Amino acid sequence: MSDTRYTEDHEYITVAGNEGTVGISDYAQNQLGDVVFVDVPEVGAKFAKGDEVAVVESVKAASEIYAPVSGTITAVNEKLADEPGLVNSSPDADGWFFKIELDDAGELEGLLDADAYKAHIE
Amino acid sequence: MAATQSQDLLKTPLFDTHEKWGGRMVGFAGFAMPVQYKGVIAEHEQTRNSASLFDVSHMGQVVVTGPDHETTARALETLMPGDLVGLNPGEMRYTLLLNDEGGIEDDLIVTRPGEDDSDGILMIVFNAGRKDHDVAILKEKLGDSVKVETFWERGLMALQGPKAADVLARYCDLPSKLSFMNAAATTIEGMDVYVSRSGYTGEDGFELSVSPDDAVKLAELLVSNEEVEPAGLGARDSLRLEAGLCLYGHDMDDKRDPISAGLIFAIGKGRRVEGGFAGAPVVQKIIKDGASEKRVGVKFEGRLPVREGAKIVDGDGNEIGVVTSGTFGPTIGAPVAFAYVPAELAKLGTELTAMVRGKAVNGVVEKLPFTPANYVRL
Repeated sequence: MSDTRYTEDHEYITVAGNEGTVGISDYAQNQLGDVVFVDVPEVGAKFAKGDEVAVVESVKAASEIYAPVSGTITAVNEKLADEPGLVNSSPDADGWFFKIELDDAGELEGLLDADAYKAHIE
Repeated sequence: MAATQSQDLLKTPLFDTHEKWGGRMVGFAGFAMPVQYKGVIAEHEQTRNSASLFDVSHMGQVVVTGPDHETTARALETLMPGDLVGLNPGEMRYTLLLNDEGGIEDDLIVTRPGEDDSDGILMIVFNAGRKDHDVAILKEKLGDSVKVETFWERGLMALQGPKAADVLARYCDLPSKLSFMNAAATTIEGMDVYVSRSGYTGEDGFELSVSPDDAVKLAELLVSNEEVEPAGLGARDSLRLEAGLCLYGHDMDDKRDPISAGLIFAIGKGRRVEGGFAGAPVVQKIIKDGASEKRVGVKFEGRLPVREGAKIVDGDGNEIGVVTSGTFGPTIGAPVAFAYVPAELAKLGTELTAMVRGKAVNGVVEKLPFTPANYVRL
């Protein structure tokens, strides 16, 4: 059973068990335009909710990605190094940024569900 | 990623057309302009491989009129170091508006029209963000010796790319007559259009100046050709950077001199010796002694864009230079940038290190332009 939640800053986190997969929404990739580089965190690094955890660079600008929850990085998407365009072509699947082990699953309650996020971007 | 507020921005004659074509509008130099339509990289490649249409109506079109060519040219030469007296009818020249300290107030193109009854007229295109400032300088410094008229409402569009000539040849005979940096009047489907073979992409192409009433019709006509797609400011920026072309306010400004900016070609050969333009003593001294800093092209390893403001550091981490423009170059396939560095580090092949978010990124000074210039000289 997995569940996807969103931040108001357009990150998503899809949680399975105690691990969440984080990326940016389709709306966000469309706003950014062509992604040319993703600066991902190191495996093992710890972040608090709201910390700057990654940077996504489009042709025009660099945008910070914030940790949607507190936790420890368990994996990063190595494919993005050669194929950053996956963030545009497949933001919610192949274009994920990193996986994070949650410190406190209760933090998910403060995030937007799919309907609330949809309302947020309209 | 806040939505752009466009209500206070000026609109070009093509504003509604951009929205119709799906342009994403942003504020630029006070205008609502399309940053992209389908995507920056797709538009960049479209321009390198076929042809694109850019709206550049935000730029400042000015006509300066005096009693004869020499009078008008000599008046402008007091402020600009280009050889303007030597312009032949129909020729255009890239030059600079300088201040008394040798700093660059703007970069611009001056055209001497070749049509009958145009003796004494020079046409200028200034940068959008500087045009009011520039015209104020012209009026203050030139007084009543020449008449300075602005055409801010007029349309200006750039058809750029290897297919641009084929497309334009369907409407007029100028592609077989105009050489790079030449211009002439023509008629396209009943519209009076002033066409120059010039641009800001490094590709062959044309800029078309047109009445605001005809701008939409001309733009739609050009884009109706299967070789042509609209392109926005994003692609314009990556194209010009790969083409080695400076952007005012970034790669040069009123504190930078033409020599360190690598723009000595904008100064007429005779005028480098004779002077007689604003800032000439300063500029001539730098030509003689050499600039202490120089603008260079740098290609970086990896894919991380090294953008404006990134510091160039030495082996001990001390700041020795700064990046003034930088992006991921789609045609080059690597991050490319312009940086100012000490003259001794400006040689081709010099290894440089830039800092991006605390990370060292290695690069090499490369020959400019990064991509070959495909200008057509007949």
